Amino acid sequence: MAELIQTDRAVPPPSWPMFRALVGIGMLCGLLIVSVYVLTGPVIARNEARALEEAVFRVLPGATSSHTFVLTDDGRFRSAEAGTPTDSAGAEEGTPTYSGMETEAGTPTDSGTPGREIKAGTPTDRMVHAGYDDNGSLVGIAIQAQGMGYQDVIRVLYGYDPTRETIIGMQVLASKETPGLGDKIEKDTAFLANFEALDVGLTPDGRSLQHEIVAVKGGEKSQPWQIDGITGATISSKAIAAMLRESSAQWVPAIHRQQAIFTRLEVTDDRQ
Amino acid sequence: MTGSDSAGSTGRTPTTDEFIKGLWRENPVFVQVLGMCPVLAVSNSAINALAMGLATTFVIVLSNTLVSTLRNFIPKQVRIATFILIIATFVTVVDYLIQAISLDIHRALGAFISLIVVNCLILGRAEAFASRNGVGRSILDGLGMGVGFTFALLCLGGVREILGNGTLFGAAVFPSGFQPWIVMILPSGGFFTLALWLLLFNRLRARQAHRQATLAEAAP
Repeated sequence: MAELIQTDRAVPPPSWPMFRALVGIGMLCGLLIVSVYVLTGPVIARNEARALEEAVFRVLPGATSSHTFVLTDDGRFRSAEAGTPTDSAGAEEGTPTYSGMETEAGTPTDSGTPGREIKAGTPTDRMVHAGYDDNGSLVGIAIQAQGMGYQDVIRVLYGYDPTRETIIGMQVLASKETPGLGDKIEKDTAFLANFEALDVGLTPDGRSLQHEIVAVKGGEKSQPWQIDGITGATISSKAIAAMLRESSAQWVPAIHRQQAIFTRLEVTDDRQ
Repeated sequence: MTGSDSAGSTGRTPTTDEFIKGLWRENPVFVQVLGMCPVLAVSNSAINALAMGLATTFVIVLSNTLVSTLRNFIPKQVRIATFILIIATFVTVVDYLIQAISLDIHRALGAFISLIVVNCLILGRAEAFASRNGVGRSILDGLGMGVGFTFALLCLGGVREILGNGTLFGAAVFPSGFQPWIVMILPSGGFFTLALWLLLFNRLRARQAHRQATLAEAAP
């Protein structure tokens, strides 16, 4: 690109045309980006919500509607969606009422699309999604987990059934594992079958899991809390086991303790 | 960069040649060998290749249009900065548009959408063509280069997906017993495929040049 080399350096160029060009074009470009952002924003948000909901329904077989809950700083779950019918009876003594919480958090009450508005600024790692079947009874709770894989962070969504105390489904949301090897964690039917009934039963005191989730060599699974690894994708399989182990140890006791919030809501919730 | 840019810019009216040259004679990938980073990285399946090609075409056409419209307004000293600003704007626009169209494609292309900014093909066209030619010709030039880029990406993506996954655009092309060549989807497969395509294209061009030379000799 010989054209790029400037030869006329002797005379200092006038600065006004340069200033005008840079500022003018900068403003034009800024305006363009802002208008496209405003136009596409709602569509993108809808796409993301739909993608998440589809994933929730996939890890909770039989679920046809979902509802998002947030774990607050005091370790309690509450509904994260605006337009939720209030339920003043707490699951445990001292549980703040939904209405009180909503007001505190400043939920916009004039929201145009009730029931689908997730509060801005809620970190996704504190959200869980309860799935309900056609009759409105709880199928399970979808939880996001993430951990380091072979290439990059893997993000998964798994479904937990509190009544059976098992994991009933798992789906990889994002991974950059090696095509053909590590990415089998997304498609391999034998591997995914591990998560149709993976035991996460709690100890009698309800504080921790009876057995930690562990990955074993392919074909050596003998206990319901073990995951049959994929031959040729050992690191990726172990990564999934590790993130489920960590995540379930954190979430399962908490959800189990407050199970009533999830099942109670569907009684009062008049979702369309 | 090839020398015919300046030769082509003597005519003032838009011609189909501005469009055609990007497809074959000055194909950005097979002849100019520009923008290799996205070419190698996202050509692991035909749909990714097509999406990347279309995104790049969109950016190159719009940046060529704007650069060419404003070419008399932009002082020489700040032209590269303004070109990059304009290109970055359209890349951001295309990033949002792809997210709105399909999150799956956005996820598959990953960081390479943002990296369209540094695809030297686009800055090259802005500098070598759009800043010296009228709007009509610049649009045709951008369109030709974009389609040529898409065509080249599809050549690579098609071969890599067929051999590496046994499918084309997600549809199976081999009977179920086919064992995919995983290496074709991995980065090294991109280099192999590109090398083979370059070999083929260079051979074709050498033969064409040879034939023209003999014709010229034979003519009185």
